[in-house]
Amino acid sequence: MRAPLVVPPEPAKDLGPPKIEIRALNFYYGDSLSLRNINMSLADHSISAFIGPSGCGKSTLLRVLNRMYGLYPNQRAEGEVLIGGRDILGPTVDVAELRYRVGMVFQKPTPFPMSVFDNVAFGLRLGGGVRGAELKSRVESALRDAAIWDEVKDKLHADGRSLSGGQQQRVCIARAIAVKPEVLLLDEPTAALDPISTLRVEETLQALREKYCIVVVTHNLQQAARVSNVTGFMYMGELVEIGPSSQIFTSPKDRRTDDYVTGRFG
Amino acid sequence: MKRRALRKAKNAAFLALSLIATMTGLVCLAAILWTLLSHGLAGMSWHLFTQMTPPPGNQGGLLNAIYGSAVMTLLGILIGSPIGVLAGTYLAEYGRKSRLSAVIRFINDVLLSAPSIIIGLFVYEIVVVRMGHFSAVAGALALAILAIPVTLRTTEDMLNLVPVGMKDSSAALGAYPWRTTISVLYPAARSGIVTGLLLAIARISGETAPLLFTALNNQFWSTHLNAPMANLPVVIFQFALSPYKDWQDLAWAGALIITVTILVLSISARVILALLQAERGSGR
Repeated sequence: MRAPLVVPPEPAKDLGPPKIEIRALNFYYGDSLSLRNINMSLADHSISAFIGPSGCGKSTLLRVLNRMYGLYPNQRAEGEVLIGGRDILGPTVDVAELRYRVGMVFQKPTPFPMSVFDNVAFGLRLGGGVRGAELKSRVESALRDAAIWDEVKDKLHADGRSLSGGQQQRVCIARAIAVKPEVLLLDEPTAALDPISTLRVEETLQALREKYCIVVVTHNLQQAARVSNVTGFMYMGELVEIGPSSQIFTSPKDRRTDDYVTGRFG
Repeated sequence: MKRRALRKAKNAAFLALSLIATMTGLVCLAAILWTLLSHGLAGMSWHLFTQMTPPPGNQGGLLNAIYGSAVMTLLGILIGSPIGVLAGTYLAEYGRKSRLSAVIRFINDVLLSAPSIIIGLFVYEIVVVRMGHFSAVAGALALAILAIPVTLRTTEDMLNLVPVGMKDSSAALGAYPWRTTISVLYPAARSGIVTGLLLAIARISGETAPLLFTALNNQFWSTHLNAPMANLPVVIFQFALSPYKDWQDLAWAGALIITVTILVLSISARVILALLQAERGSGR
């Protein structure tokens, strides 16, 4: 059973239907089941955080949402994942087009070996059609949205790798949002950064919340509490509990969530 | 205490043996360079670069041989390196774990250490015999075959050094693998791949055996690719074995020219590689 490939009518902003819907999702690495029967909905214009101990499947879940797992052999997903009402797991889905709609930022900053400008313009040039003055303004607005414009506006033509780690990561965020994706995925985006850079990235995420459906995976519980509207706790491939962050961190319903957020394990 | 003294003695003995071995190697190398310099410098003059290889007893230079070596090395790299680079790209990016890649990798290793005279014989049989005469093209082909395994190996190694995250980031933006390879991976591995090309040039510019069977030699100025062409290694081979003093001097001078060229290429390759590593180091 797959949902028809139709985009629902534009929802009212505050109470619109979910941007991402996941139903009965199972994920396999070879023969081992690493995501078990995940069901959930994630709202647009909000930040959803996923927490849990290493190996719980939170990064795997992220890699399903843009089908990154397809780059590696022997990995497969079963079930239904809808983004903006369109099924993304079907065999006829154009994966490159999906990844264009669903941006991703990785744990380690990954600036490409080119100038800051070219880094941010990379996705826009891939899609084609964006050139000249429009390209310049799109790059600038992406860098502004990622809260890095003031720091790099005088070195747009310097190599992206010459920036500091925190600046590189925000350039990577700018690169991901330059193509105006529907969803922005972040896989432990501050794990490799110092506290001040982490703060900058978190502020950036707060600012982006207005425009995107953001999904962030983090090891840092305080970070999840600080930035997210909704938090999901995952454990051993299961989504144990998901709800408003204030509730997850203060009065979780499940014992395991309670143990984890109070630091009894993990 | 006694045991400690024994351990110290063992250490000293080991160190001494290592030093002797190192010195032996270095002394040999220095002796070779000294012989080359003392004989080669004597024959150094502008005539080398302005005149053709002479008949015995006449004054002359190596211009036709230098030109021929440059042309055939360049042609060899132009033919061989695209094949090597593309095959290395296949191994690193597309067929990382396929059985075909394992086979290609094995054959490449064999080719890398194959005696170059066999490559010469192969091209002789395939090209020279069919064409009916020796030619510069055949020489360039033989050199190209020698350049392929070097460039293939370095390209694969250098692409494998590019962080996986960079490739994933490009894919995550919706880039197809070919776009990622051209726009992200090649620039990221550029210095390494260029180093491989320089090493390949260094390797083929000194080869004698493959040219002996293919380009042979030419006493005169010739730019015809379809005709035998002079080249430094074969001229050195021929002149050094001759009984004429002026030919022998030219052979030494030619040997010095090749050695200096290869030295410069190898040093540039190392410098580039060192710069690349410094760049990587500061990037993290």
